Amino acid sequence: MTTLGVLQILVFFTVILAVTKPLGVFMTRLFAGERTFLHPVLRPVEKLLYALGGVDEKEEQRWTKYTASLLSFSLFSFVVLYLLQRLQGVLPANPQGFSGAHAPGGATAMTPDLAFNTAVSFVTNTNWQSYVGETTLSYLVQMAGLTVQNFVSAAAGIAIAVAVIRGFARQQSSSLGNFWVDLVRGTLYLLLPLSLVGALFLCSQGVIQNLSPYTQVTTVEGKAQVLAQGPVASQEAIKMIGTNGGGFFNANSAHPFENPTPLTNFVQMLMIFIIPAGLTYTFGRMVGDTRQGWALFAAMSLLFFAGVFALYASEQAGNPVLAKLGIQTAATANQPGGNMEGKEVRFGIAATALFATITTDASCGAVNGMHDSFTPLGGLVPLFNLHLGEVIFGGVGAGLYGMLLFAIVAVFIAGLMVGRTPEYLGKKIESKEVKMAMLAMLATSAAILLFSGITAVIQFPKDAYWNGSYGPGVGNLNNSGPHGLAEILYAYSSGAANNGSAFAGISANTPWYNLTIGLAMLVGRFLMIIPLMAAAGSLAAKKRVPVTSGTFPTHGPLFVGLLAGTVVIVGALTFFPALSLTPIVEHFLMQQGRLF
Amino acid sequence: MWKQLLPGLRLTLALTVLTGLAYPGIVTPLCQVLFPKQANGSLVSLHGKVVGSSLIGQNFSKPGYFHPRPSAAGSDGYDASASSGSNLGPTSQKLVDRVKASADQFRKENPGHTEPIPADILTASGSGLDPHISPAAALAQAARVAAARGVDVEQVKAVIDQTTEGRALGLLGEPRVNVLALNMAMDQKFPAAR
Repeated sequence: MTTLGVLQILVFFTVILAVTKPLGVFMTRLFAGERTFLHPVLRPVEKLLYALGGVDEKEEQRWTKYTASLLSFSLFSFVVLYLLQRLQGVLPANPQGFSGAHAPGGATAMTPDLAFNTAVSFVTNTNWQSYVGETTLSYLVQMAGLTVQNFVSAAAGIAIAVAVIRGFARQQSSSLGNFWVDLVRGTLYLLLPLSLVGALFLCSQGVIQNLSPYTQVTTVEGKAQVLAQGPVASQEAIKMIGTNGGGFFNANSAHPFENPTPLTNFVQMLMIFIIPAGLTYTFGRMVGDTRQGWALFAAMSLLFFAGVFALYASEQAGNPVLAKLGIQTAATANQPGGNMEGKEVRFGIAATALFATITTDASCGAVNGMHDSFTPLGGLVPLFNLHLGEVIFGGVGAGLYGMLLFAIVAVFIAGLMVGRTPEYLGKKIESKEVKMAMLAMLATSAAILLFSGITAVIQFPKDAYWNGSYGPGVGNLNNSGPHGLAEILYAYSSGAANNGSAFAGISANTPWYNLTIGLAMLVGRFLMIIPLMAAAGSLAAKKRVPVTSGTFPTHGPLFVGLLAGTVVIVGALTFFPALSLTPIVEHFLMQQGRLF
Repeated sequence: MWKQLLPGLRLTLALTVLTGLAYPGIVTPLCQVLFPKQANGSLVSLHGKVVGSSLIGQNFSKPGYFHPRPSAAGSDGYDASASSGSNLGPTSQKLVDRVKASADQFRKENPGHTEPIPADILTASGSGLDPHISPAAALAQAARVAAARGVDVEQVKAVIDQTTEGRALGLLGEPRVNVLALNMAMDQKFPAAR
């Protein structure tokens, strides 16, 4: 690790720390329905949206209705996005003619299973890329399909987080707010203004923004080169701010047209973390004790630093097998050294390690380097981050409500140890809340392990419908040995955790993978949200119990340690066997020089 | 039931118009007016003809040009309509064979370079379109390029030095050399050479 590399990481964290409070205050006011400085301009638009939606902004919803509203919104979002993709061949803004009679050679067909996978992927805020943007999707689908879901699936996540916080903050209440109002406010006052500014900044640095057909050029050496074009900056901004991560192009934020400079890279990383970090402060404010929010922030920070330095150290150490071929793997003043396979020179090792940690701490899934080519321990960090449920700041909204789930489990464990009914924020945590928290955790873990296990052994005849020319489930892998198994495990982990990054060597655009990863995404989103909202509904109805000398304080270092420990232990207990068969064993084999 | 579901459909459509049509509909013309060069791909022209983008790598194989990193984009590399990394893992035989072949070729083309080879020039980038190489990777090729163009190696090194971009704000990212910019600068400074 280099001094400048470490410094980049520390500067990044300092900026996040600095924006947490102001953004947290803004979001508190916004979701409490108070006026913000944006109201003079945006309040008429907000009212118009309620009128168009047939929404009464004064209505309060019980947890059941709040959740049902989210489900109906997600359903229609899915239908619209599915249809947009399937009909792209006859719709406008498709200069390359994808899915039409004059589609270019090398274009990917928009099959029903691919459209299903992509629609589920964007509605659930996963943004797994089974599609290859530049050879599959029209500009209309990118804008009116993917960009829209980048906004609203993120706003929906924030809405759920706010509703869950209300469950802790309110007492003897039957309602958790109004989903439609939270959705519209999050989109309009928070995501849109940030994205507008972000898009203009990114474009000023070289991110493209046009509706032109691809540009044909003849290179200096006289070869033909086709430059993909498109409305990238507008999508790139919300892709990061909404922790979505679905790339306009196949290479995502490694593509120079998505992420051209170290500065855009730094800003994109900030965009991923600002809202999740700010929400911890919003949480503290809403429950009336900002120390509670900072405690979550501290637990998240601990896990963030552990991950980023493990990943950075491993990538900088590089691949000993390649080092033996006479390659410079130590960093010097004028070259980055380390494991540069799958990484861009402009980012080097440190900025790629930091990006990979952030994108899997959050449920973003954008990548600025290929995780599949990381060293085994370097790849273990993102994979394990997915297994921890992406609660290290996490996705917008999803990170906070995921962490609150772990907080329930943590105080439950603490309660078991001292033989007292656990309390969190003055609310008694009883069997219903713990059951719901466990249900959510088990559902996502089961989806990961069961689908991975089945796919590793399932057989299909060659050229059959389910897996095409690949034959068996393992036929789609780009790597053999433990790394191949890791590609499968990563795919379902990414789906169930709603992340979207990949060990991207796997060729997942077949009906089997598209459908099963799609199912994993649905489980990871909705079997997380529904139980959690049930718990929030039950918590809102409870009375706050007074703090006594026997109350376990949840704002001190002891709780921070307990919470971080709970996250790691639950993740490790569930996934250690699977991980020991993949990156861990691969690490030892690599040290011995064993190749596959 | 239907009454409960209806806001879902109506808001899906309303928000699609707002965030899917109005938002990019505002951003696109703004970018085209404020940053026309960047918004259209930072295209680079030579004698009035577009030869590429300053952000997108392209292949160079002649000895008189600096060569870029290996690329996994498209079948021949540097296909800017099919971005991709190799996605080969650290224990991949294919990866090690490929790197070994690149290393052998590099040593053959640059016999003057006897130290370990910079990692970036033998590894494929994440996008397959990396426009940069490290300054070390450029310096390692300087003697070959100088010989092919019949100029002094120190003059070539001076051009590399002028083309090298530092870290952003002195901190972010890595020092790097844009291969297209470097080769175009070489052509401009030493036009007779091939």
